[in-house]
Amino acid sequence: MALVDKIGQSLTGAPLVLTNVDALIDWSRGQSLWAMPMGTACCAMELIAASFSKFDFDRLGSFPRPDPRHTDVMIVAGTITRKMAPAVKRLWEQMPEPKYCIAMGNCAVSGGIFYYDTYSVVRGVDEIIPVDVYLSGCPPRPEALQDAVLQLRELIRSRSIAQGREYDRVYTLPLPGGERAGTTDPGRAEAADVLAGRRPKTGGDE
Amino acid sequence: MAIDIESRTSVYDEEGRAVEELVLNVGPSHPSTHGVCRIIAHLDGEVVTKAEPVIGYLHRGIEKMAENRTYLQIVPLTDRLDYVGSMYANWAYCRAVERLAGIGVPERAEYLRVITCELQRVASHMMSIGSTGADTGAFTMFVYAFDVRERVIELFEALTGSRLTYNYVRPGGVAADAPEGWLDDVRRVVGQMPARLTELDRLFFGNTIARGRLKGIGVLDVPTAIAWGASGPVARGSGVGWDLRKSDTYSLYPRFDFDVPVGERGDAYDRARVRLWESVESCRIIEQALDQIEPGHVKAPGLPRLLKPRPGDAYDHIESARGSLGIYLVSDGSPRPYRMKVRSPAFCNLALLPLLAPGHTMSDLVVILGSLDPVFGEVDR
Amino acid sequence: MNIDELREHLCATYPDLCPLFSIEFGDGVLIVDRGRYWSAAKDLRDLGFDRLGMITAVDGIDDFEIVARLTAREIGAHIFLKTHVPRDEPAIETLTDLWPAADWQEREVYDMFGISFRGHPDMRRILLPDDWVGHPLRKDYRDERIIRRPDYI
Repeated sequence: MALVDKIGQSLTGAPLVLTNVDALIDWSRGQSLWAMPMGTACCAMELIAASFSKFDFDRLGSFPRPDPRHTDVMIVAGTITRKMAPAVKRLWEQMPEPKYCIAMGNCAVSGGIFYYDTYSVVRGVDEIIPVDVYLSGCPPRPEALQDAVLQLRELIRSRSIAQGREYDRVYTLPLPGGERAGTTDPGRAEAADVLAGRRPKTGGDE
Repeated sequence: MAIDIESRTSVYDEEGRAVEELVLNVGPSHPSTHGVCRIIAHLDGEVVTKAEPVIGYLHRGIEKMAENRTYLQIVPLTDRLDYVGSMYANWAYCRAVERLAGIGVPERAEYLRVITCELQRVASHMMSIGSTGADTGAFTMFVYAFDVRERVIELFEALTGSRLTYNYVRPGGVAADAPEGWLDDVRRVVGQMPARLTELDRLFFGNTIARGRLKGIGVLDVPTAIAWGASGPVARGSGVGWDLRKSDTYSLYPRFDFDVPVGERGDAYDRARVRLWESVESCRIIEQALDQIEPGHVKAPGLPRLLKPRPGDAYDHIESARGSLGIYLVSDGSPRPYRMKVRSPAFCNLALLPLLAPGHTMSDLVVILGSLDPVFGEVDR
Repeated sequence: MNIDELREHLCATYPDLCPLFSIEFGDGVLIVDRGRYWSAAKDLRDLGFDRLGMITAVDGIDDFEIVARLTAREIGAHIFLKTHVPRDEPAIETLTDLWPAADWQEREVYDMFGISFRGHPDMRRILLPDDWVGHPLRKDYRDERIIRRPDYI
């Protein structure tokens, strides 16, 4: 931007910016990222603190909207359990493209402190939705969250909206109407298998 | 000409109109549910006839994880139980370990524990009152309350290095002594706090709209509160003057002179005001503790690195911002507990929601949930 | 009221419970048989224990141990009420008719251990999804999703 500004200035003598529509749209999209706060646990406290007066989020153009249909970015803050995973997936599917995801906190990145010995935690939200920015910390500071939004802005600016989005793998939580229709909860599908005899029981009720 | 519309219901009101009950799922992700809680609300128009909370969306299996960790390794897990109040969650756990293993705690460590726990109580109540403000639409209240909370969190950051999950109170004492000048900073912050809290009281609880939104909502009477095991500000808002710091007094609380605010009517207004005035009383306790604290050790000397308590079981509890938080530990002589159970006050208080909600409107349902002050890390563990 | 006064008060009012009372780690403990569990709880409630703190279970290898903690606010006393339930028949009476606070506590014990409570108004899972298979806090719960923490010590 600075270079074309100088060129414009030398040509016409007035402050002038030459760009293309693509770059302009990508720049402006990054400046106004409305975030959906998917705050489940402790990181939600830091997400709230980041939105308030000490570490204001509004100055970055970012505004928390509870409705997924109004937002660009979902900030997953907190541990995602297997009971909560279908809800997160469904809300992600309700967000319109182009959409991004910030995994905030160790639990959303990889399962965090709850990686070992637990039966009900999804180890990292990237098992169910595609993540663009990983922010680690337990919990990360509000300044770190704002840095993550700035990194996301760089990412948006570098990737043109015209190209569409490619995902590198299939995110396997089954959706309603799919192959395992009516069983959007992975635990429920496995339970159905056990009751039909297709899979042995785990656990001590024998 | 009358139009014949096929009705899905066979219930008719007195004017012959078909009436149908709406079952609304206030889903786990909602801007006002204070965390992940799903409420299945049966509505008649706008009035709630039945509300059933479905919990477990943050069930991380902390009790199972504790069986494979040593006693010291469990302290960071207790931080994440009641994440708005890590200090007192750590303290409840450490008291249970100290009772089980027979460890004594030096006096300076106890004073530091009391100071940090009371500061944490203020921070937790600010979170709760702020959300009460947000639930009734007064978003400015939320931001003002968080400003007070930020002062406390800055102090904790200077003490422990972390803003939210501190891992500070350890079995046998605290992790480290307060840095130089920290106690003077606490005195300065706590000196300004009562004026600020009184201002919040006047601004929010004196406002006509807030009174109209909170008074008479979710009235809990005394026999129900006792029978259902309510504790903390939920019980005290109804008039049950039960505070573990006074009735079952522990640690250094007999040395301090403080009152326990008790409400009268048991509605959301009283519960929220009990929280605010409890914060003011906490400032009194902190000032007295700052006057009495002496230099000394902060860790029990001669404590083994790997704690192996003798076999048996022990329970200990403290008065947290939500009620009586207790930890029950069963030991089999090995360095890891055989069973850890967390008696969570928010879990017991949340069981009251189906009793308090019927008869109120949908918008009051959220206010009632906020006044019970659940923190789902603790409810679901 | 301290522990010794509680013991005297209990022995005076219910002499058959007296030999079952002991003191461990500073807390009074009353260990009863499975058949005596509900009536002992009712006796304690009549004695003044009007508040139920928690009901939980511990998986001993041969049986389950049910632990309930009661508080008497007026007299300022706490007591544990413990009983044992065999592993092959994990069922016991509910305490919800004595203290409604037992409702959610017993649902959680059912969810985690599989112990069902006879007479409970709503016996179903509370923390795990409704169709979860198995009871996680049992010592023989096996689940291929669990990654066990390496032993560093």
